[in-house]
Amino acid sequence: MSSMLASASFTQDAFDAFMATRDEPGWLTDIRQTAWSRFGELAMPTSRDEEWMRTDIRLFKLSKFSMPSEAPEIQSPRALLAEGVELGGYTVSVDSHSTESDFSEKWASKGVLFGSLDALVAEHGDRLRPYFERKLVDPLFDKFSALNAACWSGGNLLFVPKGVRVDEPLHNFSILSDGGTDLGKTLVILEEGAEATLLAESASVDEESGGLHCGSIELIVEKEARLRYVNLQNWSNSVWHFAHQMAHVGANANLQWTIGALGSRLAKVNQRVALTGSDAEAQVNGVMFTQGKQHLCYSTHQHHQAPHCQSDLMYKAALQGTSRTVWRGMIQVDKAAQQTNAYQRNDNLMLATTARADSIPGLEIEADDVRCTHGSTSGRVDDDQLFYAMTRGYTRQEAVRMIVSGFFQKVFDRITIESVREALGEAIGQRVRDI
Amino acid sequence: MPETLKITDLHVAVEGKPILRGVNLTIHRGETHALMGPNGSGKSTLGNAVMGHPGYEITGGSIELNGENIVEWDATQRSRAGIFMAFQRPMAIPGVKMADFLRHATTNVRNPDRKEGEELIPMRQFRKELTEQMEHLRMDKEFARRYVNDGFSGGEMKRAEILQMAMLRPKFAILDETDSGLDVDAVKLASESIAAIGQGTTGNGDQMGILIITHHDKLLERNAPDFTHVMLGGKIVETGGIELAQELYTEGYDRVRAAYPDAAATEQAMTEKDAIAN
Repeated sequence: MSSMLASASFTQDAFDAFMATRDEPGWLTDIRQTAWSRFGELAMPTSRDEEWMRTDIRLFKLSKFSMPSEAPEIQSPRALLAEGVELGGYTVSVDSHSTESDFSEKWASKGVLFGSLDALVAEHGDRLRPYFERKLVDPLFDKFSALNAACWSGGNLLFVPKGVRVDEPLHNFSILSDGGTDLGKTLVILEEGAEATLLAESASVDEESGGLHCGSIELIVEKEARLRYVNLQNWSNSVWHFAHQMAHVGANANLQWTIGALGSRLAKVNQRVALTGSDAEAQVNGVMFTQGKQHLCYSTHQHHQAPHCQSDLMYKAALQGTSRTVWRGMIQVDKAAQQTNAYQRNDNLMLATTARADSIPGLEIEADDVRCTHGSTSGRVDDDQLFYAMTRGYTRQEAVRMIVSGFFQKVFDRITIESVREALGEAIGQRVRDI
Repeated sequence: MPETLKITDLHVAVEGKPILRGVNLTIHRGETHALMGPNGSGKSTLGNAVMGHPGYEITGGSIELNGENIVEWDATQRSRAGIFMAFQRPMAIPGVKMADFLRHATTNVRNPDRKEGEELIPMRQFRKELTEQMEHLRMDKEFARRYVNDGFSGGEMKRAEILQMAMLRPKFAILDETDSGLDVDAVKLASESIAAIGQGTTGNGDQMGILIITHHDKLLERNAPDFTHVMLGGKIVETGGIELAQELYTEGYDRVRAAYPDAAATEQAMTEKDAIAN
């Protein structure tokens, strides 16, 4: 029933027309075709699915959206992450169509590929094929992963060859027009010993406009490579956000992955990190700030597949209005992953009694010599705290902002990029409402 | 004409329960007042009501600052107008460094018309002042980098409150049991600091009007009260000089209770109600 309803605008005709415009290698066409069939077979998830128990998408109508055909003319919103940063390159896309990009010759000449994924895959298909075929995000996992795998366009690629250290941050800016659809896909590959910092952010054209984002992110951090990846979603509060995200971190490699989740009407994000080689390290930081009727659900997964790895996850959420956040965390330790050190923590700060935060940590451990811990706290800003600050000359608003920024300080302290801390602080400050 | 904080026939209720039943108290800038009284007599309530705590409902009377009734003002307006309280139990604000907290606070109080986002006092000037005041209070430099009252010992909290008073340079300050939880040396230091700040010798030379709520004599050693007030059953029943303070902390409240049987009966009833409620 729901699959019939859902596909009105994502019809066979629309898909055929989309495919006719693509100039892509045959292996990619095959991946798209398979995913498209799967998309047609799958029903929309419902609350009967364990994964979706707490996230009601009955009001989401896929039929209201259509395949992104071309980038509309828009007034670009301000990008926050790149402010005051000397960039090595940037890309801008509107409704998952690349509209602008620049990349320093300094890095291009070292073999680094950076830009829109569809343009680069057309040019470097053979080189990128093995990474596509690793399918970090399983195209057949659910309706949304299938839709993204079949119909992604634009997208972002960063490929850093062996041993190259890109010491200037790179920036991806994805803009969503009013009522637009973004089916972006991000693929990051750091070969052995490579290093890079990628700052990705998304925004709506304005605070009121709605839209759909159904995306995927795949981060491949090979042996001894180091990646800092920041993903700030700062859409309006009317956007539907569905995403599958997965990182593979190889032996002695290091990933710092920071998520800022501020916008969207409803977000359902699966963020997974697999430590695939021994002595790999991953740090995951999550900053969530919600208001109104927002519903943000983040499922995180730390998968220890190899021995001596470390993963450290900290998600912090502050909630206003009648908003709701759901954090489901899982640490999975395979039998081979002895000497694992894994940590997950989730703290929630309620700014309204009507807000609700669900915190569901989980452990699945098959190895016997491991250290896995989790913690979760929930607190609220109380009147006495506000009063105290007000007796020191703070206005109520200013006091709330200060208490919220104090709450996030611990996770900000972990983020090693100053512009990111500042951008997050600013974006959060703008979203503080009267309480 | 010195600046004046004037409390007239003040009635205050907490959660519908009357606590203050007609308090009259006038403090001029430059004066030191001691407020004494048994536990539960309403001393902290008076402090909170003067500061504008939303949980303390003013059911009658007025609080005037230089002739203007400030009962409708919120705590922000009152603090920016120069009224300060050192709390008995100050709140922790995790993640916010003492120095950052105070830089905003100091700017707001010294520049009462400041809107959020407008400029703060220059970092260099602020640092210099803060370091000076911390040296007066023999506080470790590290203190400025700690989170506001987060994990502070009782003594550290009290010293932090005095530090804030020194930085904010209020016109009127209420010190709510700033001596409790301090050892003898710490009380002595606190006492000296309050006196110095009160005289304006550490700041801009302006004197404060001070209301010291205390059970002990140590804080008053260096801050000899011009007036001592005794609170009983939500009212100030007696006002005297320093000799009254000396009598109360040596001999207790029996004489006062006997002299004011109505207030003593009210006190008794309030205490019993509390006992039942608890």
